[in-house]
Amino acid sequence: MKVPFDKLDKAFENRVRLQIMSVLMVNESYDFTSLRDLLDITDGNLASNLKALEKEGYITIHKSFVGRKPNTTYQASDKGKTAFQEHLNALEQLIQQQKK
Amino acid sequence: MENSKLHDDLASIRNMMERSSKFISLSGLSGVMAGVYALIGAGLAYRIIYDPAGRHSFDYAPPGQSPYLQSQLWEDLVFSPVILQLFFVAFAVLFASLLTGYYLTVRKAKKQKQPVWGKTSRALLFQMATPLITGGVLIILLLGRGYLGIISPACLAFYGLALVGASAYTYNDVKYLGLCQIVLGIIAAALPGFGLFIWAIGFGVLHIVYGSLMYIKYER
Repeated sequence: MKVPFDKLDKAFENRVRLQIMSVLMVNESYDFTSLRDLLDITDGNLASNLKALEKEGYITIHKSFVGRKPNTTYQASDKGKTAFQEHLNALEQLIQQQKK
Repeated sequence: MENSKLHDDLASIRNMMERSSKFISLSGLSGVMAGVYALIGAGLAYRIIYDPAGRHSFDYAPPGQSPYLQSQLWEDLVFSPVILQLFFVAFAVLFASLLTGYYLTVRKAKKQKQPVWGKTSRALLFQMATPLITGGVLIILLLGRGYLGIISPACLAFYGLALVGASAYTYNDVKYLGLCQIVLGIIAAALPGFGLFIWAIGFGVLHIVYGSLMYIKYER
């Protein structure tokens, strides 16, 4: 039986992106600083991965200011949610097949 | 891609979903300590109120008066040193509980490498503060009019509501603690005269039971 590796989303091959998406699935929105503290990674690493997800159209970005500090929040787009679900389904299938 | 990578992916997804939406550093031990303080406080309050040598006997059902509204008793009480002693005990219990809870929670969060003051703990505090402040103001206003009998049921019921609301942001078990507190609050309202006793069960015994269960379940 053919193993459906091709169904896995390339965008989620990177662990950080997978984690960002998991967070945005269960939270309405999340801000940059909280996300960085949660994932425990550098600003640059987080920013580049967020950019990659944005490029895919999987997340949307809202910029605003709290006082003078910029406050950027991220949300999962509908497209991103669907893609993540499909990725999870593919993971599930893979694991099912490996059990056989 | 091999099996372990798949499992790592799934584990990291589950971990992130859990950690980003729930504050899991609440310490079970702090629940036990809060319960112990509450029991000590209730014991002291009992001795202050029912002091046989004292001027005030805090009888819930004085003849001809409602068990909830006792303006006469309140007027006697408010100008006596008894009220100061009671407030002192109440605030001592509150501060000791908050301080211990804060210290133990920070320690647990550090051990888990989780931020104490993050998005989820803010949401948790807000969710708890809303019913607690509503209940607190309501109780103080009614207390000022002599409704002594509502203190215990209202404390328990509003605290229970706060816990049920907060459970969305932390362990689901908190919800059951909250529901138990609400039920106790209603029982306290139905049985005027046992207010302090039921208060001690809710804030003392239930906290100790809950805290021990949490400690065994998540921290051992």
